[in-house]
Amino acid sequence: MSSVIRTRGLVKRYGRLRAVDGIDLHVRAGDVYGFLGANGSGKTTTVRMLLGLVLPTAGEVELLGGRMPRAGRRVLPRVGALVEGPAHHGHLSGRANLGLIDAAGPGGSRRTRRARIEEVLEQVGLGGIDRRPVRAYSLGMRQRLGLAAALLRRPELLVLDEPTNGLDPQGIHEIRDLLLELNRGGTTVFLSSHLLAEVEQLCTRVGVLDRGRLVLQDELARLTAPTGATVVDTPAADRVRAVLDGRVLGVDGSRVVVRGTDPAEVNAVLVGAGVPVTGLALQRPTLEEVVLAAAGTSADRVEAAR
Amino acid sequence: MIGVELRKLFRRPRTWVTIAVLNALPVLVAVLVQLTDLAPRPGEGPPFLSAVLTNGALFPLAALAIVLPLFLPIAVAVVAGDAVAGEAQAGTLRYLLVRPSGRTRLLVAKLVALMAFVLVTVLVVAGVGYVVGTTLFDAQPVGGGTSVSGTSLSQQELAGRSLMAIGYVTVSMLGVAAFGLFFSTLTDSPLAAALGALAVLVTSSLLFTLDAASPIAPYLPTRYWLAFVDLFRDPVLWRDVVRGLALQGVYVGVLLAAAWANFTTKDVTS
Repeated sequence: MSSVIRTRGLVKRYGRLRAVDGIDLHVRAGDVYGFLGANGSGKTTTVRMLLGLVLPTAGEVELLGGRMPRAGRRVLPRVGALVEGPAHHGHLSGRANLGLIDAAGPGGSRRTRRARIEEVLEQVGLGGIDRRPVRAYSLGMRQRLGLAAALLRRPELLVLDEPTNGLDPQGIHEIRDLLLELNRGGTTVFLSSHLLAEVEQLCTRVGVLDRGRLVLQDELARLTAPTGATVVDTPAADRVRAVLDGRVLGVDGSRVVVRGTDPAEVNAVLVGAGVPVTGLALQRPTLEEVVLAAAGTSADRVEAAR
Repeated sequence: MIGVELRKLFRRPRTWVTIAVLNALPVLVAVLVQLTDLAPRPGEGPPFLSAVLTNGALFPLAALAIVLPLFLPIAVAVVAGDAVAGEAQAGTLRYLLVRPSGRTRLLVAKLVALMAFVLVTVLVVAGVGYVVGTTLFDAQPVGGGTSVSGTSLSQQELAGRSLMAIGYVTVSMLGVAAFGLFFSTLTDSPLAAALGALAVLVTSSLLFTLDAASPIAPYLPTRYWLAFVDLFRDPVLWRDVVRGLALQGVYVGVLLAAAWANFTTKDVTS
């Protein structure tokens, strides 16, 4: 699969602080990539380096096959971006704002501009917007307008920083559906977020940044793959231990974790021994557990490196 | 890109408010002079104002001379300081750059828009000055005007020299614009950039009056601003006008180079 974003040993140093410390990102065509990290972990600096806003101290960025920032003029028209919240000219209408940004660079044909603007406004749910200035928009409407600006030239790659910020639950759901639909149409999505639930529902691939280092980068499905244990919910937790002696890995109230990759087999054994079973599932780590574990070890590694 | 910047500048209500306010002072002066019939004596007060009572067609020049020392530079500094820093503060700069507009192209477009603003402002001041001057005072439609040296100038000569004066004032303001634009690439605060440019002008005006600063006086950016008066001497006294143009040219060139060098290599974190 061809890579859409590739960084090699990317470093950004501010004085003695290494905001981004040698990361190797790899986003492939068709991915929905979740870029996770706490505030201050270097997410935004990385996104800005990808787009050529911040110049790296060392390392290289390859975007859609071009070396950034030099290839910006060639590849950026094929990228839609939302960086650190939307920004518009408050005294102009949403349509006027979109028209101005589209006219400000290459790759946006003047002939199709009006139609494209109407289309993206429709896509983000602002189709019926009137001529009022952006100043009078709500936070959610501005976010939608920012997203519309990113979609204006039907980009191959969307780089979105906290795209659902300021939206209500219905809005978040709508945008998620829109992104998935675009992705089905072939758009690669690079999504930076600290909302684990959002990433878990949307992404196929995850990268975790901690204090400037990429501590994890893998398929979401692999990260949250079954651990080889089964979780049993039962009102008689103590009797499980008696029946499945040696296979019980842990007990937490009415939840018992049992070794075994086949819940049906565990169920059969328990029910056969007369233990009531109210719930049964393969144990999978949540993304939160994966991220916390990865970020935790990295903190130690940073200490050791000093 | 240049079209985008021009549209942004001239569709902004603030731009026109600035220009309107700029015209208020000359109009006020004209009304006061007309009502009291008390023009300053020749050689005192703003240049040309003394001659206005006899020839209203000279009022555009008086109007320029009135706004030139303070109001016009303030307006230009504010707009220039806003050029890049204003976009940075609003957050729109990052979207322009990832559009991508190209940093050099953006700077050039900003500069052209600024030049357009300066030209439009100067022309509006001159135009309003002409209308006010010819309605409030006696115009001399046939006889032309009188040069500062006392000889008479034909209508064509007066018009031609007025146009040159407008051009000269525009060039003088480009120096201010260049300072503003340079500071605008240094900071994300449009206010700081405008104040920086104004600080330079205040410093320059102050040093100009100081004898101890006379060795550097010829290089002060405001030194030759009022040299446009020399265009109305008979014959035209070119020396200061030419020096003024050359000086502004050097300032504009150096400052734009600095602005470009800074802007194209800086991290945009706004």
